[in-house]
Amino acid sequence: MSATTAPAAGIEADARIPLRGHLRHTGALVRRNLLWIRQDPESMFDALLMPIVFTLLFVYVFGGSIGQALGGGQDGYVQYVIPGMIAMMSMTLSQGVGTGFSQDFNSGVMDRFRSLPIGRGSVLFAKISVEIVRMLFATTVLMIVSVLVGFDVESWPGLFAAVGLSTVFASSIMWVFLTLGVVLKNAQSVQAMGFLVLFPLQFGSSIFAPTASMPGWLQAFTDYNPLSALADAARGLMSGGPVAHGLWVTLAWSVGLTAVMAPIAIHKFRTKS
Amino acid sequence: MTRIDTNPAGATSAVTVRGLVKHYGETKALDGVDLDVREGTVMGVLGPNGAGKTTLVRILSTLLAPDSGHATVVGYDVVRQPRQLRRVIGLTGQYASVDEKLPGWENLYLIGRLLDLSRKDARARADELLERFSLTDAARRPASTYSGGMRRRLDLAASMIGRPHVLFLDEPTTGLDPRTRNEVWGEVKRMVGDGVTVLLTTQYMEEAEQLASELTVVDRGRVIANGAIEELKAKVGGRALRVRPADPAQLRTLAGWIDDLGLTGLATTVVDAERGSVLVPVLSDEQLTAVVGAVTARGVTLASISTELPSLDEVFLSLTGHRAGAVDDAEPADTREKVSV
Repeated sequence: MSATTAPAAGIEADARIPLRGHLRHTGALVRRNLLWIRQDPESMFDALLMPIVFTLLFVYVFGGSIGQALGGGQDGYVQYVIPGMIAMMSMTLSQGVGTGFSQDFNSGVMDRFRSLPIGRGSVLFAKISVEIVRMLFATTVLMIVSVLVGFDVESWPGLFAAVGLSTVFASSIMWVFLTLGVVLKNAQSVQAMGFLVLFPLQFGSSIFAPTASMPGWLQAFTDYNPLSALADAARGLMSGGPVAHGLWVTLAWSVGLTAVMAPIAIHKFRTKS
Repeated sequence: MTRIDTNPAGATSAVTVRGLVKHYGETKALDGVDLDVREGTVMGVLGPNGAGKTTLVRILSTLLAPDSGHATVVGYDVVRQPRQLRRVIGLTGQYASVDEKLPGWENLYLIGRLLDLSRKDARARADELLERFSLTDAARRPASTYSGGMRRRLDLAASMIGRPHVLFLDEPTTGLDPRTRNEVWGEVKRMVGDGVTVLLTTQYMEEAEQLASELTVVDRGRVIANGAIEELKAKVGGRALRVRPADPAQLRTLAGWIDDLGLTGLATTVVDAERGSVLVPVLSDEQLTAVVGAVTARGVTLASISTELPSLDEVFLSLTGHRAGAVDDAEPADTREKVSV
């Protein structure tokens, strides 16, 4: 690499950024976001505590009664809810991508990035990559707690496939939160708006309870709710059972969300004044 | 992509702006701005808050698209060739645009990598610039622990990593105490010594005088004057005559009489109601005598009369009819007492 030449050399440079350039820029920005975590370890608290708190809450507070209704008791409910939690984690942690982005804009550092000759996508890809690292960390914590409360991993390949699928889905939903992060004025509104997206999808789903007892209109919603689909697919992969419907619905959502939201996010990022 | 042949690299003009317009809804941030910055010079863009200075810098650094008109930097069009353009500019924004959570060194290393330096070169450049901007001792501390002056120096260092051709400094010393401000001025002068072309926006007349060789005065999105600082001073008169009538009620009548003299080369007479006086820029001893003669011939009793060398503040006042900081369109020139300076 020969970038230490006089400025005039830059003038003749090609306008297009080669793939290696994109990777280098994304890598440098990933490093930046990882340094943030090292500088401010408290920012990992949510990824550490959320899986612990939610697992304990659902298994010990609701687990007994829902488990009884399902017929498997608390132990049966553990097997049911843990794959759902993987889906939940992917969604909840994805949200952080929007708030972090909004803070960058308000601090002025984004102005510097946008005045540099880098691909506009690099900044977004770096943010997504680091959030996925956080998500995988949370998922690891979740699995440790799960085993401690009695979860039985029936299929390790299934577990990895489930985590992989939730990563794919998370990286697609992150484009939605990134768009909110670019468009909305501050981190608070990004968070508030994020919860409006989050809550109906999380609770109107098969994550915490089977949908069979829900009214018909709600079932119609949950059947195509990507989080239900992801939870069902994860369940099937980890403990055996039907996988196909959940898998295809999740993948369809992932592809659809990315295809629509990624260009919007990048465009909004590029043209933000 | 082809470069625009009106301004190839090496030509005398590093920044060319023609008829630049940018509206925010009803507000005209830029209303047809023309500007040329010659290679290797420092252009000061002087104006009050809301004059459009930041909008101009944001357009020139490709952060904002203009509504109409065009602008080139080292020959690259801001709209059509943003990527090439970004390679030749450095930007220091109005608010320190460093990553506060990262240590100083990491901030510079990050920018180096984003500018395609190899790891080794990025490391060396970060060390070199920290040294140069006297930040070596603070290299490993997060920028959030830096003082205002250190942050601004880090910001300047960050904008120098790519050895820019043209540097945009948007109010580089706003919010700094006088000692720190002098420090930043010193750094900017050193950068200029390295041959960088600088476009600097400021609200401080003193700053423009310190750093810029040429000045463009903007107000409400328009250029109201431009030229070498010395030329601008001459344009509004070598001196200003301050005439204070004993009876403040005669202030405007007095100003009218002086205007009626119709002296050639005389810039606008300004009524300074705040201080109960009329400020008359005069070019020569003859004009000065003519003004004094006209006033005494009318039999007005004067409380005081004095000559002043015009500050850039007064330059602005003469050119715009209001003081720097006045942004209310409806405000006539002679009711400035409501306006803060």
